[in-house]
Formats: sequence, structure tokens, C-alpha cells
Amino acid sequence: MDNLINILLDSVFVGNILLAYFLGMCSFVAVSKNIETATGLGFAVIFVLTITAPVNWLIYHFLLSPGALKWAGLPEIDLSYMKFILFIAVIAAIVQALELLIDRFSAALYAGLGVFLPLIAVNCAILGTSLFMVERSYTFVESVVFGFGSGVGWMLAIVSMAAIRMKLRYANTPKGLEGYGITMIVTGLMAMAFMLFSGITM
Amino acid sequence: MKLPKKLSGTKSFKTFMEPIWGENPISIQMLGICSALAVTVQMKTALVMGLSMTFVVSFSSMIISFMRKIIPRNIRIIVELSVIATLVILIDEFLRAFYYDISKQLSVFVGLIITNCIVLGRAEAFALSNSPRLAFIDGLGNGAGYGLVLVTVACIRELLGSGKLFGFRIVPEAFYAAGYEDAGFMLLAPAAFIIIGLLVWLQKSITGD
Repeated sequence: MDNLINILLDSVFVGNILLAYFLGMCSFVAVSKNIETATGLGFAVIFVLTITAPVNWLIYHFLLSPGALKWAGLPEIDLSYMKFILFIAVIAAIVQALELLIDRFSAALYAGLGVFLPLIAVNCAILGTSLFMVERSYTFVESVVFGFGSGVGWMLAIVSMAAIRMKLRYANTPKGLEGYGITMIVTGLMAMAFMLFSGITM
Repeated sequence: MKLPKKLSGTKSFKTFMEPIWGENPISIQMLGICSALAVTVQMKTALVMGLSMTFVVSFSSMIISFMRKIIPRNIRIIVELSVIATLVILIDEFLRAFYYDISKQLSVFVGLIITNCIVLGRAEAFALSNSPRLAFIDGLGNGAGYGLVLVTVACIRELLGSGKLFGFRIVPEAFYAAGYEDAGFMLLAPAAFIIIGLLVWLQKSITGD
């Protein structure tokens, strides 16, 4: 249990997927202009990450990892090099299926999350989480917690960024630094703040 | 040997040069920043990442451009992604076979070339409507523009952060004896963000936008 809490805390704060590993930057810069859209995208990312990380864990451990095909009578086969192509296919398929499901069952949720879902399929945070999960050899439950934690961390970063950018509108930024430049610098300062969490363990 | 008189006037040359400065994928179009920051602690990883990216983006553009007339519109993203992912698997296997240390340091970031917006962006915006030759050159240009930013950031970070370039000591020992210290901050994540921000500022001031 302690282990799970540690993974959760680490993925939300110290090892924040965006501020420490730079994943999902493209949509972070593009969508952090206002708080509502940022919150919407944040929830969509949490949602998709919590589903894709465990699904990819199952795929990796029962199809791809060395010796995973033992149940099919092929214990020598190592398909782990196929993980890139299979993971991205799974992510794209899940995102597409989610979009259809949400559209069918909840119009309100679709209005909020729907537009963001296609954007998420090519967000590096999603694929990155699945790849990190393999690299750090998490168990199934750990991968669920890690997926959820990374999503929460990403949302925390983008929503606070959106709030800062709202305030920045009234600031007198030097010409040329406006927009993209100042966003990167503020992100750097935020990353510094998040580093203060390191060393917190349960 | 005779160089063409107006090399700089040809379309291929323009296609190649545009993404390096005026339309640089990272500093102007804000694409592909994800992987750009994580691998820039050292020159070596930055250079390898830049080369891998150039390989993937140029060949994927060329292959997609060859197939542009037979790819059905509705499923083009899937087709593009599978071409890109195949090339990335090639690169990953190559690095693991011949440069195992670097491949360990790059960890998941080679795989993340798949979701790098530059590759998919060039396939969508350029390769689908241009000849394979031009698409290949466009890919080379974008890879080079991306690599250039990576190497610049890595140069600053490695030199100031550990006093080395490509792992060789540049800052002389005498400096350390005289009290000089490496700025360890340069090796941490926040420094990468701030350097990119400042580089963007520098480029915008030079072009006067």
C-alpha cells in the first residue's frame, strides 16, 4: 500500500510527467490559454491515461514481453520491439471508442470532453506513460495508479499554467517574449517549484 | 566540378532552408518540444536524437508521399502512424544493437518520436501534396532544424552544467582551482524550459517579428 501511495505522489509531484519529463508539451502550450478548456483537456487526459496504462500493461505482459506467449505454446518468442506500434494503435483505438461511447451515452460530457479526445491520441504523455510503465516494470495495480497519477499531475500543471497565463495578460512582457517565450520560462519556474516536493515519501 | 549558378534560388533549396530558420519546428512553430528538452543534458544524446529524428521524418515523408495517391483519406492517420512507427522501431533496434549506452540514456524518448508532432505534421501538411523528392528534402530540413535547436540547448546545458562537451572536459582545471563551480541547475529540468524560452526571444528579436 505504501508503495502505491509513493508511486501516486511521485507521479503527481516529483516525477510530474510534464514538468520533469517534458511530455505532452505541445498541447500544454497550445491549450493553456484559458482555464475552462485546460480543465476539460486535463480531465480527458486523466480519463484516457487511467484506461490506457493498464490496457497496455495487459497487452505487454500477455503478448509482447519475452516469454509472454507461453500460454500459446511459444515460450521463446520476444515481441517486445513491437511495443511502439501496438501501444500507439491501442491508444488510438481506445480514444476512438471512448469518443463514440461518450457521444452515445452522455451529451453533456461529450460537449465538454469530446473535442479534446482526438487531440489526445497523439499526445506524447499518453504513449510516454505506457513506455515508462514498461521501463520501470510496474505491476498491474501499480500501472493503474501510475496512469491515474500521471494524469492528475498533467492536469495540475496545465490548469495552473492557464491561471498564470490569465494573469500574464496584464503583465508588461518584453516584445518577442510574449506568448511562447514567456510560457516556456514560466513553465521552467513552475518546474522548479515542483522540484521542492522531492524527498517526500510515506 | 561546377556548382549550379543559383543554388539558393531552387525550390529544393528553399524547401530545405525554410524549416531551419524561418519556420523552425521548435522555436517558431512550437512543435515537438516534448522530446527536445529531455535529451539535451548532453551533446551526445542530443546529436543522436537529432539524427534519429532526421532519419524518421525524411523517410516517413518520402514513403508517405510515394503512397499519397493510394491512401484513402479516412484512414490516412493510421497509415501515417504505422509508417512512422515502423521507422522508429528500426532506429530503436539499431541504437540498441550498436550504441547501447546512448539508447539507455535516451530511454523512452526514441519511442516518443512516433507522437512527435513534427513527423505527423510534415506528413499531413507537406508529404500528402508534394512529390517524394521534395517531401524527402522537406523532412531533411525539418530534422536539421530540430537537431540544430537540440544541439544548441545541449551545448549550453552541458558546458555550463558539467564543464564538458561530448564528455570531454572543456573548462580547464585551473578554473575549478580558482573557485569556479559548475552550475548544477543547468542539468535539471527547469533550465531546459528557461533556455528554450530565451532562445525563442533571441530569434524573435533577430527576425524582428
